[in-house]
Amino acid sequence: MKNILLAIATTCVIIASSFTTTDETGYKIGDMATDFKLKNVDGKMVTLADYKKAKGYIVIFTCNHCPFAQAYEQRVIDLHHKYAAKGYPVVAINPNDKTRAPEDSYENMVLRAKNKKYPFVYLYDETQEIAKAYGATRTPHIYILTKTQTGNKVEYIGAIDDNSEEPKDVTEKYAENALNALLAGKPIIKTNTKAIGCTIKWKK
Amino acid sequence: MKKSVMIIIGLLGSIHFLLAQQVELVDRNWIVRMNRNTSDTTYVINFWATWCKPCVEEIPHFEKLNSTYKHKKVKVIMVSCDFKKQLESRVIPFVKNKKMESMVVFMNESNPNNWIDKVDDTFSGAIPATLIINGSKGFRYFNEGEITYEILDNIVKPLIQ
Repeated sequence: MKNILLAIATTCVIIASSFTTTDETGYKIGDMATDFKLKNVDGKMVTLADYKKAKGYIVIFTCNHCPFAQAYEQRVIDLHHKYAAKGYPVVAINPNDKTRAPEDSYENMVLRAKNKKYPFVYLYDETQEIAKAYGATRTPHIYILTKTQTGNKVEYIGAIDDNSEEPKDVTEKYAENALNALLAGKPIIKTNTKAIGCTIKWKK
Repeated sequence: MKKSVMIIIGLLGSIHFLLAQQVELVDRNWIVRMNRNTSDTTYVINFWATWCKPCVEEIPHFEKLNSTYKHKKVKVIMVSCDFKKQLESRVIPFVKNKKMESMVVFMNESNPNNWIDKVDDTFSGAIPATLIINGSKGFRYFNEGEITYEILDNIVKPLIQ
């Protein structure tokens, strides 16, 4: 019996040490999100502070290779078309390690942005520091921020809508509902949602 | 003529039925039941998809676990999180081609936000992810991300003694 308990205890230690801590260290609603300086597909460095007229941002961790990111690609383009003029542009960030996901290299980002005519910036988080700071775990993973006197406040974290597979079967547009609430000065009803996505390919 | 058409339709129907039998559909209530079960069987539940490279890479670990503990109270269940429209065209052929022996089920929910939290509070939806439960021992383990055979074996081994 003692041996069993010891084995279980040992296992627990092994388990505890194998937990990833990204969830605990990422942003929660109400936190102030860090600005960054990342390279866009046009070769220029971009920071959130560059957007002088923005009321906030739709920061999306996404990538080229992930089928879920691809399923949402057109919807992200549509989000930008709908909300950039209202003060909330899309800021897309690819955090994947190119050695683990060669399709997500900077060169391939440039190609994809060109082919799909991205109307928004598509930035490369090569060091993965921004994805880690935000607590992003998957692609796509979105963070809606509002610009305040004290910084960029996290207002919404999660999914774009409730059906990744079929845009026509979407019944709840989580991101749009959050943006509409912000624009109307009303509280956001659902501030956190979850979706299946590809794990961010962290450097090994 | 009518009769033979009917027979053909009938045959196609049963083939479809046989194929579909390999991958049973599950939903959020299934997850809730799994999390609440009090059985002395150790359930090793992996969330994966055919398009997910790290998931596919670790399938052999689960297959090995499944065969190693075949005669013990261990049940490996692979939960496919693929798109529904690819169940017949991609998931079932994949399971056949890889000759997967572990039980494979398909998560039949259109809104992931309805079931991800039911797996574990800390599950963000990034796959692969693994849940191990032994209800009678009150044991529960959840990990989002990749896993090794050693970790799986270290968890399962003491649970079956």
